[in-house]
Amino acid sequence: MIETPTKIKFATVWLDGCSGCHMSFLDIDERLLDLGDKIDLVYSPLVDYKDFPDMVDVTLIEGAVSNEDDLHKIKKVREHTKLLISLGDCAVTGNVPSMRVPFGIEAVMNRAYTENVTRNHQMPTNGVPPLLPRVRPVHEIVKVDVFIPGCPPPADTIFFVLTELLEGRQPDISKLTRFGK
Amino acid sequence: MATVKTFKINDEDVSGREDETILQIARENDIFIPTLCNMEGLSSVGSCRLCLVEVKGWTKLATACVTKIQEGMEVYTDSERLREYRRMIVELLFSEGNHICAVCVSNGRCELQDMAQILGMNHLVVPYRRPNLKIDASHERFINDQNRCILCTRCVRVCDEIEGAHTWDVMGRGIEATVITDLNEPWGASQSCTTCGKCVQVCPTGALFEKGKSVAEMSKKREFLPYLTSMRGNGKAK
Amino acid sequence: MAINMDELKERVVASQEADAQFTHSIRVCMASGCLSSQSDLLKKELEAELKKRGLEKTCQIKGVGCFGPCANGPVIAVEPNGPMYQEVKVTDIPAIVEALDTKPVEKLVLPTDTPFFNRQVKIVLENSGKIDPESIEDYIAAGGFEGLVRALHEMTPQEVIDSLTKANLRGRGGGGYPTGLKWSTVAKAEGAHKYVICNGDEGDPGAFMDRSVMEADPFRVLEGMLIAGYAVGADYGYLYVRAEYPLAVKMLKAAIRQATKQGFLGKNICGTPFSFEVDIRLGAGAFVCGEETALIASIEGKRGQPRPRPPYPAESGLWGYPTLINNVETYANIAPIIRRGMEWFHDIGFHKNRGTKVFALSGKINNIGLIEVPMGITLREIIYDIGGGIPNGKAFKALQTGGPSGGCIPAEHLDTPISYESLSQLGSMMGSGGMIIMDETSCMVDVAKYFMEFCMDESCGKCVPCRVGTAHMYDLLSKICDGSATLDDLALLEQLCDVVKNTSLCGLGQSSPNPVLSTLRYFRDEYMAHIVEKRCPAGVCKMKHAVEA
Repeated sequence: MIETPTKIKFATVWLDGCSGCHMSFLDIDERLLDLGDKIDLVYSPLVDYKDFPDMVDVTLIEGAVSNEDDLHKIKKVREHTKLLISLGDCAVTGNVPSMRVPFGIEAVMNRAYTENVTRNHQMPTNGVPPLLPRVRPVHEIVKVDVFIPGCPPPADTIFFVLTELLEGRQPDISKLTRFGK
Repeated sequence: MATVKTFKINDEDVSGREDETILQIARENDIFIPTLCNMEGLSSVGSCRLCLVEVKGWTKLATACVTKIQEGMEVYTDSERLREYRRMIVELLFSEGNHICAVCVSNGRCELQDMAQILGMNHLVVPYRRPNLKIDASHERFINDQNRCILCTRCVRVCDEIEGAHTWDVMGRGIEATVITDLNEPWGASQSCTTCGKCVQVCPTGALFEKGKSVAEMSKKREFLPYLTSMRGNGKAK
Repeated sequence: MAINMDELKERVVASQEADAQFTHSIRVCMASGCLSSQSDLLKKELEAELKKRGLEKTCQIKGVGCFGPCANGPVIAVEPNGPMYQEVKVTDIPAIVEALDTKPVEKLVLPTDTPFFNRQVKIVLENSGKIDPESIEDYIAAGGFEGLVRALHEMTPQEVIDSLTKANLRGRGGGGYPTGLKWSTVAKAEGAHKYVICNGDEGDPGAFMDRSVMEADPFRVLEGMLIAGYAVGADYGYLYVRAEYPLAVKMLKAAIRQATKQGFLGKNICGTPFSFEVDIRLGAGAFVCGEETALIASIEGKRGQPRPRPPYPAESGLWGYPTLINNVETYANIAPIIRRGMEWFHDIGFHKNRGTKVFALSGKINNIGLIEVPMGITLREIIYDIGGGIPNGKAFKALQTGGPSGGCIPAEHLDTPISYESLSQLGSMMGSGGMIIMDETSCMVDVAKYFMEFCMDESCGKCVPCRVGTAHMYDLLSKICDGSATLDDLALLEQLCDVVKNTSLCGLGQSSPNPVLSTLRYFRDEYMAHIVEKRCPAGVCKMKHAVEA
């Protein structure tokens, strides 16, 4: 992509989620090319930049805040983003990742690394960020500017929100998506 | 002989019998007032508080499902203040249980999910409580998942008022309140349950559902209710 | 039995003559407060001591209801004109008996020429500490049943109601609804039956007025209900008393038994066509059952939950019949008004607030106990004159009135004369009469948290805003108290207060934000200190500095 000053800097971030929201974003299909004229994807699991840039205009967040890595990441993203969008139920509500909360961390870790492992089960000691006791939606940690619920939000809705925002309008998506499907 | 009262809803002239409620007349006139606990054919308890409306000259909000109409009253069903209160009430419901729409049998057919969308509630300002609640799958045909219960007590009422079994009731108080079968025994062990399934069909969410149903597969059949209540000679909610 | 006024007067004389046989009378408080410091044992030992000295024919021992200074129990009084003794122990008994005809036992004397005693005006508590609550003769000797007999023989039901309206009596349960108007609504309502209910489900933290009245003067409550039954046309009454008040229940049961035996309850009372029966129902520990529709559901044997009003109980109450509900103190005011006349009552108090109010003083105050004061007295007079001020040289901070539905009143409003209106203008309410005094060592956020925890625990769970809203408000207050809250949390707390207040189904839910709202109104700086500076000005709250993720 060729950088021009008129393009807005755009990022997507993946916290605790299934990547379904990113898939739905890709389902915008050929209209991605239109978007590409207006945005510059500066950080995303879809591209290879390693560090979050100094200042981004719009960031889409998929996933809930589940572990210390997520927590650290989301605070940094917020600091360096003008407009933060919670994309999908995990970011907006906690959704499926939050279902572990009532059981407690120990029970969940045991289920994942002991009970369901047939050979050489062991708890991870490094490389896996520690889980937080409570899974939080993004806006419980940092300020979020736009919410797009849905599991996942339809590609059309994502496209609509982005194009409306690019045109400088506040999108009303209450008819286009909701919690779940 | 009941007398007829004329009054206004949202500045529109409407009329009804004196024993009818604001909600009934609003529905007759296609004026939308949100409700979750109310169900035509069952008694009204006024517990979800979504149907609160403003009445000119009244200091307090009126519960539309139980407030009888009065001559000349001026009812307003849709102010910014009411919308805010309703959004918050739906938020409180979502924060109270564990409503994970994406994996729910009632996804796409749930009254709570619908209500959030209708009221434009797209995220929660209040924190999620994430309680640890029980799932009772002891019944041969049905499941009771307390994570999805909003305590509307439709199951309690349909079981008592229509089926006459009174298997369901409420136990505990405050945030600990929960619906129970018999004296808090497993549903499958209930001596009083007739397995009629009416509770499952009136449940607004995926709290009560049929076994064997997967995500988004549970649709509720409620045709029996108007039929049975008309048989009983009580077509209107009390 | 056709009891009329003449016969009643004869019985008064007879009981006075019986009392005159004794040269001395020792009254021992047998109410819950003094009982908890073994006044029953004291009474037994006193009787034994008198018998040992052969004085049982000249000195009478009487178990009576509350004298007022509950923190100084056990309290006894020696008559005639004798001293009042406090914190009496069994070992003090010989000295007390010896001093019957001589100078009082100095170290035990409770001075009675103090504002605590002489600034009070007693109507509801006039028999409290004077008569034996288990003796109908004692009650009659003190003018008991005169009001009933007068109402039945000399007044029409409408005249009874008119007297209450003109006396300007208002409900003592909290809201201050005009009693005459309530009675007249029930009287006009049509129904094959009507019921009279006495709400004795007193449950506010720091409140024990109704308990004292039921323990000290149970016949008075019955007489009030009987007059109500006559006035509104009811034939059955229920006394709904919380099960945590076993002594009150015992006294009321004994009173019902005696009153029935003597023809004041049952068929054709006092030879008139009026018939009335009373039964007791015990509350099972739910605060919400003090709310009238929940109380009715509880008597009906249903889950104690409120239902939306209208219809009001006056129109459709117990089992769908017109029902009159008043609280204990209101009924206790009825007989004196009928006996002494509405003008007498109307002369006490001010403006729309006539008569007296019983308050239970507790917390950081020198004279803890039960008081009865005329309406219109200032809060300062109650706290500093009658209450004797704040102990240990500490500064007064706030007065909590109205229980969990009430609020906290700061020092700058202490000169407010007490009335239903003035207290609600201050963001609190009269309530049933609990007064908790707090000094500088109390943290107002912590106080709000305490009351919110109470409301959360006592919410019945029926309606969404109260069930879930109180839990969230409690969590937010806990966050403020441990220093992990932000200004956004405070904004959310205020938003929830608004929603819960305006959308809850019953009075309990609607008023549950009041302790938060009133402390925010007067002590916002304390909230800010917790949130912004992470500091508790009173040093009560333990701050955890690390903000939880």
